[in-house]
Amino acid sequence: MTSAASLLGELFEFHFMQNALLTGTVVAVLAGAVGYFVVLRGQSFAAHTLSQVGFPGAAAGVLVHASPLAGLLVFCVGAALGIGFAGRGLDAGRRDESAVVGTILAFSLGLGLLFARLYAGSVQGIYAFLFGTILGISDSATATTAALAAVCLVVLTAIARPLLFASIDPDVAQARGVPVRALSIAFLVLVAVAVAQTVQIVGTLLIFALLIAPAAAAQQVTSRPWVGLGLSVVLSLAFTWVGLTVAYFSIYPVGFFITTLAFGCYLMLRLLREARRRVLA
Amino acid sequence: MDGAAVRLGGRTIWKDVDLTIGAGEYVALLGPNGAGKSTLLKAVLGVQPLSAGTVTVLGRRVRRGNDAIGYLPQRRWFDPDLRVRGIDLVRLGLDGSHWGLPLRRRRDWRRRVDDVIDLVGAGAYAHRSIGELSGGEQQRLLIAQALVTGASVLLLDEPLESLDLNNQQAISGLVRRVCREQGVTVLLVAHDVNPVLPHLDQVVYVARTRALSGRPADVIRTDTLTSLYEAPVEVLRTSDGRLLVVGQQETMSFHPQG
Repeated sequence: MTSAASLLGELFEFHFMQNALLTGTVVAVLAGAVGYFVVLRGQSFAAHTLSQVGFPGAAAGVLVHASPLAGLLVFCVGAALGIGFAGRGLDAGRRDESAVVGTILAFSLGLGLLFARLYAGSVQGIYAFLFGTILGISDSATATTAALAAVCLVVLTAIARPLLFASIDPDVAQARGVPVRALSIAFLVLVAVAVAQTVQIVGTLLIFALLIAPAAAAQQVTSRPWVGLGLSVVLSLAFTWVGLTVAYFSIYPVGFFITTLAFGCYLMLRLLREARRRVLA
Repeated sequence: MDGAAVRLGGRTIWKDVDLTIGAGEYVALLGPNGAGKSTLLKAVLGVQPLSAGTVTVLGRRVRRGNDAIGYLPQRRWFDPDLRVRGIDLVRLGLDGSHWGLPLRRRRDWRRRVDDVIDLVGAGAYAHRSIGELSGGEQQRLLIAQALVTGASVLLLDEPLESLDLNNQQAISGLVRRVCREQGVTVLLVAHDVNPVLPHLDQVVYVARTRALSGRPADVIRTDTLTSLYEAPVEVLRTSDGRLLVVGQQETMSFHPQG
């Protein structure tokens, strides 16, 4: 018992672990909350593209001697605005949007290829963008992330209810005076900022572990919107904390543990729901 | 509506529309596909800007977000995987345009949601995911959503479309009950007029950029309908005195659109 406690205490001893846990916590809360709406709106593909855009973004940030996070934010928000304004939304459904998203995705991967070459073979750096650098986050990046996440959460809280309305019932929401199109663009920008931050933790490739999986799992459990939103945040936090803890005591990477937890949890809840439905039917 | 007109993409949808609908009336909006029936509904709703004229509802110029108007858009089925309960959808009709999270428990709002769900008889399934419900069940909940603000005008865009015969009768009976018992004015776009025909106070026809209105017995006639649809339409009278509109298959079975 004492040894377990002292082992856990060890987690908080090192400064890099403190930063990792702090950043992990704020990002997990933000990703869980934003992800709930991403899943509800069926915009996983847009979220995926925004995360891929993060790769050239982070590389560009380093190339021009700014921080990776700055590059991530500029590229992700730019792509979000592109998707938001080009997609006609409402009437056209998501078909038009997915074509726009696909085009932006291809371009961003091309840019990533170029920047990887300009990087002159620093495999280490590229690896960090793809799989995250949570164990090497600086104090200033930790502070910036916390501040940004706080702003995002305030905005999301403010727009949550009309956004829920616009997500499931846009025509009526519009008639009731909800600014549906403005909300959909604002939400994409929120996703972009959340993605840019999540990239630091699990990297561009594993973004779904925190953005989609907790929300998808939560929606297997409940059809109450606000309960689902809360559960999504709780699951996202659990994946991050457990993943970080296990990774600390092992030689394997954090990203692997977080994604495995997320995948396992989603699969289990989905199977449980199917089983229950079959029993009831 | 006074001298109202709408242009979309350089095309005049309808113009010089003068219409008066009395409080508590049950009115059907009829006409061929693409004549602008839904557009007319949206103009009354305040979502569709006019190119000329005015629309006044309950003594006021129309605007978006009017609690006095309930709206049911043209058929939308919810994705079977949409994990939101029917009752949440009804509740959003009441407070979905408010900012922030619903942190305060509003007992009066909850009662209004429960009352309106009782009114449409959806109590048994309001707590299930909306996507898992049948078309008729979804439609009842959507009518509840349209009524939940205490609306005194109900705008329904093809509420009977793609429902089976039983559900068509049930929903049309529900709408009539809401109109007669709650005194709600109903303006309903119908593709097939027969299920609602016996209950109507007034009929509005939209065709070839014009809108005409009148009592059902005056408008629902073989000659008027045939000229409005520009296709043979026949009005029959059944043995118990009801009117029945019969059109040629290919003219009456177009896919619903506007």
